[in-house]
Amino acid sequence: MVTSVTSLGRSGLYDWLLQRVSAVVLLAWFVCIGGTILGAPELTFVYWKSVFSGTAMRIFTLLALVSLFAHAWVGMWSVVTDYLTERMMGPRAVVLRLTVQVVCVIVLFSYVVWGVQILWGN
Amino acid sequence: MSDNRPVNLDIGTISFPLPAIASITHRISGVILFVGVGVLLWMLDASLASQASFDELMSTLQSPLAKLVIWGIVAALIYHSIAGIKHLIMDMGVGETLEGGQLGAKLTVGISTVLIILAGLWIW
Repeated sequence: MVTSVTSLGRSGLYDWLLQRVSAVVLLAWFVCIGGTILGAPELTFVYWKSVFSGTAMRIFTLLALVSLFAHAWVGMWSVVTDYLTERMMGPRAVVLRLTVQVVCVIVLFSYVVWGVQILWGN
Repeated sequence: MSDNRPVNLDIGTISFPLPAIASITHRISGVILFVGVGVLLWMLDASLASQASFDELMSTLQSPLAKLVIWGIVAALIYHSIAGIKHLIMDMGVGETLEGGQLGAKLTVGISTVLIILAGLWIW
C-alpha cells in the first residue's frame, strides 16, 4: 500500500492503538478542564492561573497536546487517504494529499510548541 | 499505484443508514476540532497571559458571534467524545451486531444532542 508510508505508526495496528490511548488521555483532559470551569464558584484570573501553575497540570496538558499530535495525525491521515484519492481527485491526488498531510503535521507541531510557550512562557 | 478496477460501491447512490451518518459526523467533528484546537489554544494563551488579557478575552466572549463559535467547537467536542466512547465500547466486543450498531448510533446521537443543547444553554 502506497498510502501506509505516511501513517504515523507505519502499521494499522500501531495506529489503532495510538488512536485509542491518545483518545483516553484527551477525554480525561477535557473532562478535567470542563469540571474545573463548571465547578469553580467564580472563574477569576487568579484561580484560573493557579490551576495551570502546578507542575502536574502542566505535565497533563503537555501530555494532552502530544496525544493530540498523534490522534489528529492518525485521524487526518484516515480522512485524506479516503477522500483525496486518484478516484475522487484525479491524477494530482498524490501531490494534493501529501501537501495536505505536510500542512497538517506542521499545524500539529505548532500546536505542541505553542502549548509549551503558553504553559511555561506566561 | 494506478488502479483502474471498477468500483462497485458507489456511495453517492446509497441512502445512508443512521450508523453511517453517525460515523461520517464523527469524522467531520474531528476535522472541525483540528481547526478548533487553534481557537482553544488562542483562548488559553489570552486567559493565562495577564489579568488584562483575561478580562479582554471575557468581554470578547460576550459577543454573539464568539458564543456561536465556542458553541460550535464545544458541540464538535461533545459529539466526537460520545462517538469515540462508543468506539471504545465496541472495541471491547459490546454491540457489534447489526442491532447493537443501530442502538449505539441512536444512543450516540441522542446523548450528544442532549449534551449539546445543555452546553448551548450554559453558554447563553
